[in-house]
Amino acid sequence: MNMLTEASIEQKLSPMKNEPRIKMRGDKVTVHYGEKQALFGVDLQIPEHQVTALIGPSGCGKSTFLRCLNRMNDTIDGCRVGGKVTLDQEDVYDPKIDVVELRARVGMVFQKPNPFPKSIYENIAYGPRIHGLTKSKAEMDEVVEKSLRKAAIWDEVKDRLSESGTGLSGGQQQRLCIARAIAVSPEVILMDEPCSALDPIATAKVEELIDELRQNYTIVIVTHSMQQAARVSQRTAMFHIGYLVEEGPTDKMFTNPDDKRTQDYITGRFG
Amino acid sequence: MAAVETTGSGARTIDWSSDEFKKRRSRRYAADRRLQYYGIAAIATALGLLAILITSLVMTGYTAFTQTMVSVQITLDDERIDRNDVFGANWRNIVRDAFKAATPGLETADERAYFAMFTNNAPFLVRDRVVADPRLVGTTVTFTIPMADPVDQLAKGQIDRSTPESQRRVSDQQIAWFDGLAQQGMISRPFNTGLFFNADSRFPELAGLAGAISGSFWALMVCFFISFPCGIAAAIYLEEFAPKNKLTDLIEVNINNLAAVPSVVFGLLALAVFIGWFNMPRSIPLVGGLALALMTLPTIIIVTRASLKSVPSSIREAALGIGASKHEVIMHHILPLAMPTILTGTIIGLAQALGETAPLLLIGMNAFITSPPAGILEPATALPTQIFIWADSPERGFVSRTSAAILVLLGFLITMNAIAIFLRQRFERRW
Amino acid sequence: MVSYAFALILLLTLVAYFAARRQASVVGRSVGASMHSRPTYHGFNAAIWACAPPLIIVLVWVLFQDAVINRMILGLFDADRIAAMSSAERSLLISEIRQLAAGRQFGTPGEDLLAAAQTLNGWTWLAHVSMVVIVGVIGALGLVLGVRAIAPRYRARHSVELSLNIFMVFCSFVAVFTTIGIIASLVFESIQFFMRVPASEFFFGTRWEPQIPIRADQVAGSGAFGAIPVFVGTFVIATIAMVFAVPIGLMSAVYLTEYADVRVRSVVKPLLEILAGVPTVVYGFFAVLIVAPLIRDFGTGLGLSVAPRSALAAGGVMAIMLIPFISSLSDDALAAVPRALREGSYAMGATKGETIRKVLLPAALPGIMGGILLALSRAIGETMIVVMAAGLIASMNINPLDSVTTVTVQIVTLLIGDTAFDNPKTLSAFALGLMLFIITLFLNVIALSIVRKYREKY
Repeated sequence: MNMLTEASIEQKLSPMKNEPRIKMRGDKVTVHYGEKQALFGVDLQIPEHQVTALIGPSGCGKSTFLRCLNRMNDTIDGCRVGGKVTLDQEDVYDPKIDVVELRARVGMVFQKPNPFPKSIYENIAYGPRIHGLTKSKAEMDEVVEKSLRKAAIWDEVKDRLSESGTGLSGGQQQRLCIARAIAVSPEVILMDEPCSALDPIATAKVEELIDELRQNYTIVIVTHSMQQAARVSQRTAMFHIGYLVEEGPTDKMFTNPDDKRTQDYITGRFG
Repeated sequence: MAAVETTGSGARTIDWSSDEFKKRRSRRYAADRRLQYYGIAAIATALGLLAILITSLVMTGYTAFTQTMVSVQITLDDERIDRNDVFGANWRNIVRDAFKAATPGLETADERAYFAMFTNNAPFLVRDRVVADPRLVGTTVTFTIPMADPVDQLAKGQIDRSTPESQRRVSDQQIAWFDGLAQQGMISRPFNTGLFFNADSRFPELAGLAGAISGSFWALMVCFFISFPCGIAAAIYLEEFAPKNKLTDLIEVNINNLAAVPSVVFGLLALAVFIGWFNMPRSIPLVGGLALALMTLPTIIIVTRASLKSVPSSIREAALGIGASKHEVIMHHILPLAMPTILTGTIIGLAQALGETAPLLLIGMNAFITSPPAGILEPATALPTQIFIWADSPERGFVSRTSAAILVLLGFLITMNAIAIFLRQRFERRW
Repeated sequence: MVSYAFALILLLTLVAYFAARRQASVVGRSVGASMHSRPTYHGFNAAIWACAPPLIIVLVWVLFQDAVINRMILGLFDADRIAAMSSAERSLLISEIRQLAAGRQFGTPGEDLLAAAQTLNGWTWLAHVSMVVIVGVIGALGLVLGVRAIAPRYRARHSVELSLNIFMVFCSFVAVFTTIGIIASLVFESIQFFMRVPASEFFFGTRWEPQIPIRADQVAGSGAFGAIPVFVGTFVIATIAMVFAVPIGLMSAVYLTEYADVRVRSVVKPLLEILAGVPTVVYGFFAVLIVAPLIRDFGTGLGLSVAPRSALAAGGVMAIMLIPFISSLSDDALAAVPRALREGSYAMGATKGETIRKVLLPAALPGIMGGILLALSRAIGETMIVVMAAGLIASMNINPLDSVTTVTVQIVTLLIGDTAFDNPKTLSAFALGLMLFIITLFLNVIALSIVRKYREKY
């Protein structure tokens, strides 16, 4: 178990008030790509076991914010992050924090499905293997099966686990990537427009899956599609040119937004 | 408690901060660092080897850029030189007498060892100068004559005076004579202009690169004037005109493979076709240049095609739109825009051709030739083949000459590449 | 004389260009704006007419003149005597006559030779004069035709463009001609070789002693052409080179693409490229001067017997030449792996090292393999390093401290200073060359197709 800090004990008690625990929190997050500032002081809370949707027009900084949450921005040259991002009250940009551990706890699914050019089995086993989560082949088989089942793709691939992951259809590949993320038992799953490269049927399957995953995981999803945000999320945050415009419960955002820009965007006046 | 636990609902919780995981993570980071160290070690090895290569060439080669000379006064006596037949005078004795005068009290038995200290060709050097300027006859002139190779090395400190005489190429006696000459101020060590202006010679102290440099120049000229127009024409055809069919595919595969054929095979081709079938003479820069042109051609075609491809189609369309023919579009717009890149690639291709040795060996450009070629049809050597000849020569003095020749060759290569880089940075457009 | 011909052609070309251009503008002015082509095109058209045919004639003439005259000279002699001579004797006779014709006389040549030399000089002069005359006539004819063709509706531009197209197609085929020339010359001379030495000996024999006696009283080997030891030696040296070059090249590529920051990369990459730009003759000298003595001293220090021209020295230095080659091809292969795969792996919490070992290297493997095969082909075909640093005697052993010889070493040593292609010794070089060409071609084709397939994938 994680060390229980005082703050987290307090949080453990808070569900009594029927308020969900805050899993991650962004505090005045700023991002610079070289000279260019991409994010201006974003404050956002991500409640546990809920789906938080980040919406907004292209280039508004929603993907950038998402990538701050598991420090994927570290892999981009010339990218600097300011402010504070916490996971269970711990600052993820603290030098003491281990990026490898952080990314195992905060998994990610990308816009374009990116299975490794390995077998389906090896794609799932990759994470548990590098982190040393299983002790035996049998245990690994179990983890692979469970992950694939949770990602609702087990029935489609169980007979061809040794075939290449790149041979699957786009929708299957994306669910494989979700299964791959699940396999290391993350606490949070970040999804960067996971359905933008998929056809409507595959999209529906993935959306259904996201709703189920909420039971066990905290999910943050970046999406272009208003309908998708409305369908899958409990909370929505609206970004615009690097600023967080507004955030709140999804139904409120879509019916009665506070900000004019949100209303314009949702009703399709720009974006 | 275990680091990984499965709860009742089937969800697993993982205690990432447990000791087990901490240890594992530090092992993983150690593996990561190890990989990084391997990379650094690999790069250090490669760069270290480069450093050793350059240093050893400079260390052995720099001495050849100076040459130990002796300044000796020679009386060009009317009695001994017939003004009507300057060439036929007994130059050997005239020069030897002058050398003898510099070291008084020389025993007849020692003369042989004494004269061996000066270059064997000294009489001819003096003769050629007087033949060129007969007015010198009847005067006393100071000639500066190269010392023979062992003495040259002694003067440069490459022969250790403390080694036993039997293991030295210079005797104690010769050292004494040399010191005597030096005390009289007759010994000097100027910049070795002979290295650049003399042709090849059997004697290291006289051997120079003039023949090799001009041979390489002529061969590169032939190479350039064939491969450059031909390469550009072929590239334009393949890139802009050629229909996509089996034949053009074949040409393309051909060009790519030709670029990877070993150079010695081009030598065999030149030997069998140009010399064997067409009866061209051996050792001439024309044949060498032809072989190099065939080798350089694929490079130029590939570079030209890439740079033609990089010109944006908007320029093509704009020119076509105002009624230019396809040929005019290419000649007036595309080719001028692509030219800096093509020139850069060509210079780099020529630099490669300049360093190419094996094909030139096979067509006989490694002959011993003592005068620089005046054109593409005269027998010649080239810089790399000259290096090969000198590296193979048994005389010790050729070791530093070889390194010096390599430094000269590398100097040419660096200059050509610098021009290429300059062209690229100055003129290349980014679309 | 050839230069007169060229000067004449140049003159005719310039005259044709300016005359036609002037004529065209005169015609153009007289008919108004309805000329099809601009005057410049008419000028170019006439210039091409005036220069292309004579140029082709000169080239063909120069190529075949000597061969034709040689044949005619041989015809002067008694046919039976010539028929009885070997081709080496014939070429010796010809060169003797040519020396005489050029005024270089050695000893006292026979009367018949002197007469032949005189005839030869006469014919050569005649040939040159007639060449210049023919070139002049044909060039002038082209000029006249080109200028007379000028008319308002004459499509000079099309005609010029057609000539350009023909030139471009010809140039494109030069590469094909080169390949055909390589194959034809190698195959032709190899057939000559296999007519003298059975193929079974060449492919399966284990003794390689090509130095055969030219005169009966000479002491030399009896001449054995079993190429296996030569191939073994090639294999040994190429293997040594690859063993050193592959790990160093690959690891430096990994470091440069994945770990090094931009500044380190921008310094180290050009430095590595310098290694690639150093001519191989320089590496050969380096091997002889520094590496071979070093290895020898080191080996002797350890109590091993090391040959002065050890395979290790040649292979080791060859590795230095291959490092930048392998490094830059692996670099390309790693850089071609899509960013998405890297991110996918990092997002799983993999370290850089794990991402490289478990995702990037497997994904880039085809590209890297292609690069390694190309490097192997280079190692096999590399000539100067081994000519200078490897042995000359073929021996069947795979000890890296011993001296072995390679295919390229044999080709060069067999052909240096020898032109007569009529004894098995020189011809065997072409047989070896054919094998070398086939092996490297095979490796290149596989490597290039692997690399191409790999590029299509990403």
